[in-house]
Amino acid sequence: MSGSDLVFYILALMTLCFGVLTVTSRQIFRAAVYLLFCLLGVAGIYFWLNYQFLAAVQIVVYAGGIVVLILFSIFLTQQSGEKLPVPAVSRKFFSALAAFCALALVLVSVFRFSFAESGKRSALVSMSQIGEKMLSPGEGGYALPFEVISVLLLAALIGCIVIAIKTKPDAR
Amino acid sequence: MTEPGLYHILTLSALLFCTGMYGFFTRRNLITLLMSVELMLNSVNLNLVAFDRYVWPEKTEGLFFSLFIIAVAAAEAALAIAIIIHLYRTHKSIDVQEAEELKY
Repeated sequence: MSGSDLVFYILALMTLCFGVLTVTSRQIFRAAVYLLFCLLGVAGIYFWLNYQFLAAVQIVVYAGGIVVLILFSIFLTQQSGEKLPVPAVSRKFFSALAAFCALALVLVSVFRFSFAESGKRSALVSMSQIGEKMLSPGEGGYALPFEVISVLLLAALIGCIVIAIKTKPDAR
Repeated sequence: MTEPGLYHILTLSALLFCTGMYGFFTRRNLITLLMSVELMLNSVNLNLVAFDRYVWPEKTEGLFFSLFIIAVAAAEAALAIAIIIHLYRTHKSIDVQEAEELKY
């Protein structure tokens, strides 16, 4: 087994362990930090697959943005030191059963289907290629989704402000 | 332990998705539900990137789909947190069992 394979297995193990800890930890703050490490593991796998730009976006948007946002909202909404309640055993059992059945279904269908893997190693997608494709309106370009995403982000921004705005008690 | 390929990444992403699903079913706090959803979105991204890498290496669709999914996930997380904080202000709790009114 070469070093590269070992790196993949370590990253996969790290991602899975932290993922499981995220959904089982009883302290919500710790769960958020475990989520951060899980997302960093996924970013590591993107690096391993040679998708540098995607890995950078993953780190900037998820680790830098979403996890920090989640941590702030935990500060705003949780009493410190309070542990999350333990879910009932039946609930745990049936959730695990449902998740396991879904996993079995997916894995069985994945392994029964043989994908036409092309042996070629993909060339590194450069930053300039990504930029050109993002703004090209022609064949294989993503100008329309790019614009739609920008409008969506604007709408989300305005929506957040409208939802979270504090109304005066007597204005209701 | 063989050389990691498409099937290894697909298995990893299926495991990650089911972990997120388990969390989504068992948790009752809205913020932890959001974290489970993020796990599931990440596993989908991993899937798309794996197909892009191993099945269609000469195309870049998987990469761009992942980028757009990350952008939508960011918007979704921001909106969800705005709603959660507003809910906390009005109900003093972010437990899903106690958020049973659409308007108050």
